[in-house]
Amino acid sequence: MKKLISLVLALTCAAALLVGCGSDSSSAAGGSSAAGGSSAAAGSLSGTVGTNGSTSMESVIGGLSEAFMSENSGVTVSYDPTGSGTGIQAVLDGTTDIGLSSRALKDEEKSEGLVETTVALDGIAIIVNKDNPVENLSLEQIAGLATGEITNWSEVGGSDAEVVMEGREAGSGTRDGFESIVGVEDACKYANESTSTGAVIANVSSNANAIGYASLSAVENDDTVKIVTVDGVAPSEETVLDGSYQIQRPFVFVTKEGVTLSEAAQAFFDFATSADANEIIRGAGAVPVAE
Amino acid sequence: MKAKQNEKNTSRWRQLRRSLRAASERVMNLLFFLCGILAIGCVALISVYMVISGLPAIREIGLTDFLFGQVWASTAKEPQFGILPFILTSVWGTVGATVIGVPIGLMTAVFLSKIASRRLADKIRPAIDLLAGIPSVVYGLIGVSVLVPAIAAFFDLPKGTSLFAAILVLSVMILPSIISVSETALTAVPPEYEEASLALGATRIETIFKVSIPAAKSGIAAGVVLGIGRAVGEAMAVMMVAGNVANMPTLFGSVTFLTTAISKEMSYSSGLQRQALFSIALILFLFIMLINILLNVLLKKNTKGGR
Repeated sequence: MKKLISLVLALTCAAALLVGCGSDSSSAAGGSSAAGGSSAAAGSLSGTVGTNGSTSMESVIGGLSEAFMSENSGVTVSYDPTGSGTGIQAVLDGTTDIGLSSRALKDEEKSEGLVETTVALDGIAIIVNKDNPVENLSLEQIAGLATGEITNWSEVGGSDAEVVMEGREAGSGTRDGFESIVGVEDACKYANESTSTGAVIANVSSNANAIGYASLSAVENDDTVKIVTVDGVAPSEETVLDGSYQIQRPFVFVTKEGVTLSEAAQAFFDFATSADANEIIRGAGAVPVAE
Repeated sequence: MKAKQNEKNTSRWRQLRRSLRAASERVMNLLFFLCGILAIGCVALISVYMVISGLPAIREIGLTDFLFGQVWASTAKEPQFGILPFILTSVWGTVGATVIGVPIGLMTAVFLSKIASRRLADKIRPAIDLLAGIPSVVYGLIGVSVLVPAIAAFFDLPKGTSLFAAILVLSVMILPSIISVSETALTAVPPEYEEASLALGATRIETIFKVSIPAAKSGIAAGVVLGIGRAVGEAMAVMMVAGNVANMPTLFGSVTFLTTAISKEMSYSSGLQRQALFSIALILFLFIMLINILLNVLLKKNTKGGR
């Protein structure tokens, strides 16, 4: 009997402790939210900002969020590198604050109430192996190489060797960007399809006859491959911004019309689209558009 | 009076203990039951989910167009969703891996179970178990950095990523399951069979091929089917060496398997494309189910008629 009583007592104590903890933590939360409120008045924010989408935007978002979080220590900016399609879908589903797309929105996506804001431009570089003598290609030649009309490097001034076209998988923003700009949509004859920019670069650097495409930001400082000029124009910030380098695409923030962003998310959005962010975007290898 | 009180207390205490024990017994029973249900629940959930999410695209595309269409262009302006290239690639890839892997695996099993000394076999067996434990991404990495360039150089091809590379990688990957299951089956063959064969004047090799292997055939078949299951379901290693273009399979062409078709496009897919990927998963799921049923039939046969 005694044991039973002590058991009951122990249980009661445990329960009381739990309840005590519960009330403790809730009061603590109340305290911290009050503190948060007061500090918000002092100019800092708290909360999480969710971003989701394009894998090509990783270095840009990484730089932006790092800078933003160091200024606003209460805010966490999360980034899910899922791909443009998934990021756009996540905005529609309301599972993320800001969707990231490395292509302009399609009309059907805009008709669903999605809004695009361009934060940067990205040049798509055409890369070949370092041992390849070819230095310059015209847009038509690139199209021919991609579609398989040109099968031998000697046709474009290279050595006598079969062309190996390296590309990305269907749905990739870089592939979509490359194919739509060069005008070879759905007509490319790839030798390999890789699921990341890094894999394309690796394949091109290891195969003397390979040609591929990748974000300028990803290959700009990469010594393992050679970037060819397109119609005589080398990809760089100036040539992308003034439009003379033709193979380029926008980096886009996707939001939904009628959905108000949280205070923290709005602050991040404003920061990323302001001229203050230009240096960071440049540092990440993309071309800023804000003035 | 006090003694009586004590006695009463003890008996009450005993009763309490008994009921507590009964209760704990029941609680544990419930716990085990729930764990069992959890496993079944997962299988049921996945099956139902696969069917529900896989059917809409098949209905929209049409079963014949989906299964027998030869062109997969999921993001084209007029998208086409034919998965015949993936199905045939998976079939050929698996057949190729089986053709290379089964003889090697079977011979190894024979060696371990009949020919090698116990000490040697005990040293080789852990190595084979380790082979089973190597993550598939490691197979892929070695495939892409060693095998692929070697194929390109050996056959004088512009690139080495191909169905052939995938077959070679898969045939190594299915070895452990073939070896370990076949070895168990071969070891289980009653020694009298072999002794009788040897007593009749057959050589050791004749005994192995005419007595031991036929006696263990359903177990060996189970090992082969298990290996096939692994080959069909493998994605990572294959993705790294196969090239991943949706071509109809050719030995040295860049190809996409059923598994890699899903994993390669999943992250960027949307709309019907994503639904179609679920439909591919459903087809793959059916393949694996079929292989599992076959495996169960073989194993049942093994326990019934093996002896």
